[in-house]
Amino acid sequence: MDNTEYLRPSNLKELGQIMAGHKNRATVIAGGTNLIPQMRNGGKSPELIVDIGDIQDFSFIMEDDGFISIGAATTIAEIASSDIVSTFSPILASSARELGNPLIRNRATIGGNLANASPCADTALPLLALDAVIRILSPGDKTRNVVLNNFFHGYRFTDLGKGEIITRIIFPKPDDETTGSQIKIGLRNAAAISVASIAVMLTMEGKICRKARIAAGSVAPIPMRVSRVEQLLENQEISATLLEQCKAIMKKEISPISDIRGSAEYRSYVTAVILERNIQRALS
Amino acid sequence: MKKYTIHLTVNGEKHTLEVYPNALLLNVIREDIGLTGTKYACGTGQCGACTVEVNGEPVLGCMTLAVAVDGAEIKTIEGLAQPDGTLDPLQEAFLDTNAVQCGFCTSGMILIGKDLLNKNPSPSESEIRNHIKGNLCRCTGYNGITRAILKCSK
Repeated sequence: MDNTEYLRPSNLKELGQIMAGHKNRATVIAGGTNLIPQMRNGGKSPELIVDIGDIQDFSFIMEDDGFISIGAATTIAEIASSDIVSTFSPILASSARELGNPLIRNRATIGGNLANASPCADTALPLLALDAVIRILSPGDKTRNVVLNNFFHGYRFTDLGKGEIITRIIFPKPDDETTGSQIKIGLRNAAAISVASIAVMLTMEGKICRKARIAAGSVAPIPMRVSRVEQLLENQEISATLLEQCKAIMKKEISPISDIRGSAEYRSYVTAVILERNIQRALS
Repeated sequence: MKKYTIHLTVNGEKHTLEVYPNALLLNVIREDIGLTGTKYACGTGQCGACTVEVNGEPVLGCMTLAVAVDGAEIKTIEGLAQPDGTLDPLQEAFLDTNAVQCGFCTSGMILIGKDLLNKNPSPSESEIRNHIKGNLCRCTGYNGITRAILKCSK
């Protein structure tokens, strides 16, 4: 923290110039709610903080042509109270309403929640279940898209290269046959860091599940899709027996650790419980 | 480390300040501006004692860089009463319902309560409890606080 500098570009052009010149030393923030605790613990001392919180182009929630787009610097509070999000992706709305507390939500942003790449990132789970894509701005004004499922490479390690910034998150509007549910287990009702959480999206054709998306948080180094459980559900009728199989496979696919919030055994157990509960809720 | 010049309007009064890039809004309000009604408690965004309003929205002073809110309108607990000292109805209600014991959470509680009443003039008890979730009180058990906000619910 000896020589930290701070820049707050007010538009994309200024941002582009800063990132082109300082891509090796820039730490990007929007609300700063991830960086501040990291700096206070002494763990992180950025050379240059680039604050994108003022760039209007990064703050929007749009519905168009079958897709929902959310700007990276859109606050969690804006997502939690957005009619578009509540209508087309209630699981994202409810996970936004459970992130931190109302005060944190006024500063924290969706792009920051993903870029921070915590295994317990609350918005990552519904976005994984919604097949979200991340749009990234690279130095030299190039943009590229990454499927969120390929964005998390390891513990707090993402696909973002030097000088790259998330600009928006895009996901397809679910059709009428698709329903979802998400459950977060925390130690308290506010400001809880999840002990385990799951988001589910199911596309049904009568009693048959045609497409399943299952995402689990706080039970692996990254927020993860659980493909083997998805495959087990797809093109099957969801019966009690199948659910038991899913729960057993779920426990094998995750790799929870024990920490101050819960033991690995508890996480494994509760993940199976909330998987079943989510599927039942999505179907009801 | 380099200092940065920022402009803040706090409770209607303009301030020009020189701050380090890592200075927290909380510390700038308490130490540079000298308004100590905003409290420093956990310092990690868990308790809400440092709640202040930035451009109309309540945020945590300990989770906000002062440089990041350059140009903002800020309201602290000191800005709630009328200039002649007449208390805000919610402040009166806190007194009437014994919502204050040690008082450390009170400034944050009143600001988050005002925020709720601004957004929803007639909140129910459960809406109140949901909105004050991020503000901890270790004395009152929240009953007096909830009653105070409920008293101002239309």
